[in-house]
Amino acid sequence: METKPAVVIENLNKTYQLDNVQVPGLVDVSIQIASNCFTVLSGPSGSGKTTLLNMIGCIDRPDSGRLLVAGQDVSQLSDDALSDFRARHIGFIFQTFNLLPVLSAYENVEYPLVMAGIPAESRRARVEQLLNAVGLMAKANHRPGQLSGGQRQRVAIARALALSPALVLADEPTANLDSQTGSMIIHLMRRIQRKYKVSFVFSSHDPKVINAADGVFNICDGRITGFERINRNISA
Amino acid sequence: MKQKLTHAVRNLMRRHQRALTTLVLALRNLTRNRQRSLTTLLAMVVGVNAILIFGGYSHDITNEMQTDFVQRSGHLQIQRKGYFLYGSGNSAAYGIAGYEKLIAALKNDPVLKPMVVVATPTLQLGGIAGNFGAGVSRTVMVQGMVAQDQVQLRKWNDYGFPIAPRPLPLDGADPQAIVIGEGVARVLQLCAELKVPMCDAQPKAADPAANDAPPDLAALSALEGPAVHNEATRIEVLATNVHGAPNVGSFTVVKAEQQGVKELDDVYVAMHLPGAQRLVYGREAPQVTAVIVQLRHTDQIAPARARIEQLLAKDFKDAKLDILDFETLNPYYGQTNRMFSALFGFVFVLIGAIVIFVVSNTMSMTIYERTVEIGTLRAIGQRRRGIEALFIIEGAVLGMIGSALGVVIALVISSAVNVSGLNWIPPSRVDPIPLTVRVWGEWGMMVLTFVGLTVVAALSAWLPAKGAAKQPIVDALRHV
Repeated sequence: METKPAVVIENLNKTYQLDNVQVPGLVDVSIQIASNCFTVLSGPSGSGKTTLLNMIGCIDRPDSGRLLVAGQDVSQLSDDALSDFRARHIGFIFQTFNLLPVLSAYENVEYPLVMAGIPAESRRARVEQLLNAVGLMAKANHRPGQLSGGQRQRVAIARALALSPALVLADEPTANLDSQTGSMIIHLMRRIQRKYKVSFVFSSHDPKVINAADGVFNICDGRITGFERINRNISA
Repeated sequence: MKQKLTHAVRNLMRRHQRALTTLVLALRNLTRNRQRSLTTLLAMVVGVNAILIFGGYSHDITNEMQTDFVQRSGHLQIQRKGYFLYGSGNSAAYGIAGYEKLIAALKNDPVLKPMVVVATPTLQLGGIAGNFGAGVSRTVMVQGMVAQDQVQLRKWNDYGFPIAPRPLPLDGADPQAIVIGEGVARVLQLCAELKVPMCDAQPKAADPAANDAPPDLAALSALEGPAVHNEATRIEVLATNVHGAPNVGSFTVVKAEQQGVKELDDVYVAMHLPGAQRLVYGREAPQVTAVIVQLRHTDQIAPARARIEQLLAKDFKDAKLDILDFETLNPYYGQTNRMFSALFGFVFVLIGAIVIFVVSNTMSMTIYERTVEIGTLRAIGQRRRGIEALFIIEGAVLGMIGSALGVVIALVISSAVNVSGLNWIPPSRVDPIPLTVRVWGEWGMMVLTFVGLTVVAALSAWLPAKGAAKQPIVDALRHV
């Protein structure tokens, strides 16, 4: 049975104003990203991959075009509705980890659950499950400053998965990690993606990330220039 | 119904948990840049102390003034209608006849009894005091009083000032004894005899014959009372009697007493009530110009006044009496109170403005440094209001901690001042009293300062927080 795509993008355009110059960020982008896959947006610096990822993550708005995430047209949602939508359906993993420095690993993972009003018992079970899944239960009470880069990124992965989102977006997740740690993080994400049956979308030009992907969209100057199917369920 | 209740309880618990997490986040964030937080707290502590110490000091001044007025003239005075505005020059026309019955009614009334400490008559009249031995005289304001009652009046100290009641020289003194202001003593050239300070050159009477009062006055004086004992401090007081004729009495000055205010010091003469009554009423039935009523507590003025009004309306309807409180009798008290209130308000606004700038600056710097964090929180689903709430709570927590520390330190400083043994002479007093700052017990002022500055701190964070919540998420995440 054909599953619904995680993301549907039709004729998406975005232009940035830099002083008096109009800089095209995305030009007429139309793609579909399949569910439960490991998808990479790849391209050189300034190609528009982060811009596209931001659109998919509903943290930036397109100038025109249609965007469906997890079956919901997000183009017309209000700011509060978009915030709620992100909390429920999208997890974020950032290049610089972006953990809250004053909270422990446990509290960082718990934070989205508290904001969503999940009862304490369920929260505890979920946080422990996720910290075990990323192998950091022993460091649950450590603050980000007491963790290595790889450990921080593992906490960020656990936080991204806290509310069981349909989609996890990762912007250059290995860029700030050494090669060995980067590989470990990629394998961890791949394992988690399969275990929790969640769609992962990356922006990256790291060959290790690309090699682990089910499919790769190539972007250049804000346009989709190609698609490489490495696995099934992905269409351009 | 049960399901609805369960749902409501769950919702409440969720909100409670969210608020708690935000509070924890705010508290921990304050420890991120300790030096900045401490500097902000220090500014708040200084501000709170400025408000509380000044407020406590000004409250003490006004309470001390109130104590002084209540000791002199009671909380309430019952006078003939119009006496307060028109009667000072003609006390004979505004006398209260049968005042003993009125005082008895006040003392025996079951409603007033628990409230009234002293109810005493007083007669105030204008006259001329003359030291004819020195050939000098001057106009004076005479107060006739019951010495024992006045001693009791002077014991009132409801605010617990560390001061002993001033002794009353008339207490236990001869019936012809009087007390005069130092200003009166200077003019009457009684400085040496009464040991009056600042009293140098005094032209002495050249003619020994002038040592006696004019024969007509001496004759009048002889009619009014027994001979005086001390010739050196003998003076004559001339007044207008109830029929408009002159009357004179001979008195012995037992003490010259500084009255604090020069205008009063230059006219003050106090004597026993019968002596004053003889001057005005001669051998007729004596009257008084006021009945002084002192209460246990100042806040009893309203109920006591209401009850006295009932008594006057019932049993003294024809006497045309009026009740005046100490604030009306002493307009200076209200003026001073208003002046200090205005100064306190000014200090509060000034400190509030400083707190706004300090906290606002601190929060702006904090927000700038945490821009990426704001972007992250927004990305993972925090609404704008949530971001605003986070920083407003941080500001409020900063305000709360600063205000609480400030209150505690102000209490310590005020206690230290109160036991320091420092003295000062407040306005309208003549003798030094211990310098006190009343912060403990001024709960209203403490709560107002604590809540006020906490709210000001929270509001100071509001504007930068609003700006932080408004910025685009992608820009916040890109912030370096």
